[in-house]
Amino acid sequence: MLQSIQDYFRALAETHPHWNFIYLYDPVQAARIGEGLVMTLELSVLCVLFSVVIGVVGAWLQGSHLTWVRRFVQGYIQFFRNTPPLIQLLFFYFALGQFTPTYSPDGWLEVPVISNVGWAVISLSFFAGAFNVEIFRAGIEAVPESTVEAADSLGMSRLQIYRYVLLPLAFRVSLPALNNNLVNLVKTTTQAIVIAVPELLYQLVSIYNDYSTAQNACMVLMFVVYVVLVGILVMGMSRWERRLRIPGYGG
Amino acid sequence: MNAIVETAWDPSQPIVALRDVHKSFGKLEVLKGISFDVMKGEVVCIIGPSGSGKSTLIRCVNALTPFDAGSIKVEGQEVNVAHLDKLALRKKVGIVFQQYNLFPHKTALENVMMAPVLVLKEPKDEVEARARALIRKVRLEGKEDSYPGELSGGQQQRVAIARSLAMRPDIMLFDEVTAALDPETVKEVLVTIRELAAEGMTCMLVTHEMGFAREIANHIYFTDRGVIVEHGPPATFFTEAKDPRTREFLSQIL
Ligand SMILES: Nc1ncnc2c1ncn2[C@@H]1O[C@H](COP(=O)(O)OP(=O)(O)O)[C@@H](O)[C@H]1O
Ligand SMILES: [Mg+2]
Repeated sequence: MLQSIQDYFRALAETHPHWNFIYLYDPVQAARIGEGLVMTLELSVLCVLFSVVIGVVGAWLQGSHLTWVRRFVQGYIQFFRNTPPLIQLLFFYFALGQFTPTYSPDGWLEVPVISNVGWAVISLSFFAGAFNVEIFRAGIEAVPESTVEAADSLGMSRLQIYRYVLLPLAFRVSLPALNNNLVNLVKTTTQAIVIAVPELLYQLVSIYNDYSTAQNACMVLMFVVYVVLVGILVMGMSRWERRLRIPGYGG
Repeated sequence: MNAIVETAWDPSQPIVALRDVHKSFGKLEVLKGISFDVMKGEVVCIIGPSGSGKSTLIRCVNALTPFDAGSIKVEGQEVNVAHLDKLALRKKVGIVFQQYNLFPHKTALENVMMAPVLVLKEPKDEVEARARALIRKVRLEGKEDSYPGELSGGQQQRVAIARSLAMRPDIMLFDEVTAALDPETVKEVLVTIRELAAEGMTCMLVTHEMGFAREIANHIYFTDRGVIVEHGPPATFFTEAKDPRTREFLSQIL
């Protein structure tokens, strides 16, 4: 069965040189794609998690009574929202990467503490996190002041009010916008290719650099993977949205 | 905060003492020197036209609204100080609002349990037992697991009362708690408040329910444009009102 599929695509590559699905019959190329896929998933999951944490913390800091804290968060948002993520990746890796300390695991080679993968996670998390702060803040603003006042008059602290009243309610309002931003983030992970993070796009480009006839087949795979990946994310998010739905509340 | 030694409050003294309380919102002076005392176990009703500053006054008592001048002492503790121990105050004073303001993402039971668990740090099972008892007390047995959105206005308001009581306050503030309700459901909330008053809870309530005020109040204050125009025990207040403003208000509302 497997053999016959491999044979079919091997033959297809012979007859149609533009459609060389090399990764379907060459185990070496298949392994490269497997690695790329794992890296893409890793990058996506880490960036989604960190960017949500950044959003939650940032939205909390935006409610601070200290002007400089609010200004700092505002500055952060402006910077990451208004500049291209591609430039951010390059800047983090090449500019900031120079100043980070290195260590030497074998006493021979100097390795930076933060790898290119590390920088990609940091850079992309902050990029999406900037949007998440704004998204959560909009959700928090949708919570009536009177609800907060009720919590306040029961003696709850500012942090307790945020954690147990504001955030859970804001989250429900924010989910559709959060959804969009996280979809965007997952797609943006492909840009990590510019700092040589071996994610899926990087691996596919390497493959068609080695086998130029595989270019179309590689692109097709890229689309298929992202349609599935984003599909899973969106499905997960809407299941979550349904689970959070409160009887008798909201739309 | 424990470093500050609380001067013991003598229960023969007023539990709430307001002296010349002033409050402005920008140029608008809403409270123009309000003074009165509330004794422990008393029920005080504040009545007056809309916009006369009743809500502002009641919110000053638990420091939801800071005021500009004057003094409010709750169990002998001054509220109008820079470093007020808000938590201590909020534990003593419960408030119920016109719009219930329940936590919509929590069930009735969770609404009642939240503050005692988080603020008083009491064990969950103890709080739960108390919360269930309170829900029975406000006659909502069977609604423990309903969300606010699934309850009627009157039911929500009674959950809000139970939520406040769960903190074991010494004083309860009620700000027009029946104003948003259908006439049929007003009664069920008033019954709950009447029971509380009968148990000796100190209550300050802003209300438009004159019949109810007459029945349960020890003292009635009529406010207009930030001042107390007239006050007295219900027996005399309704029949012997002297000020034309009071008379006009009463004639409109009765
Ligand atoms: N937070 C606020 N900011 C500005 N004005 C306010 C605020 N709260 C109340 N006011 C004004 O103060 C006046 C008294 O309001 P309020 O105490 O709510 O009156 P009442 O409860 O008797 O109807 C009104 O004119 C109202 O518009
Ligand atoms: Mg009012």
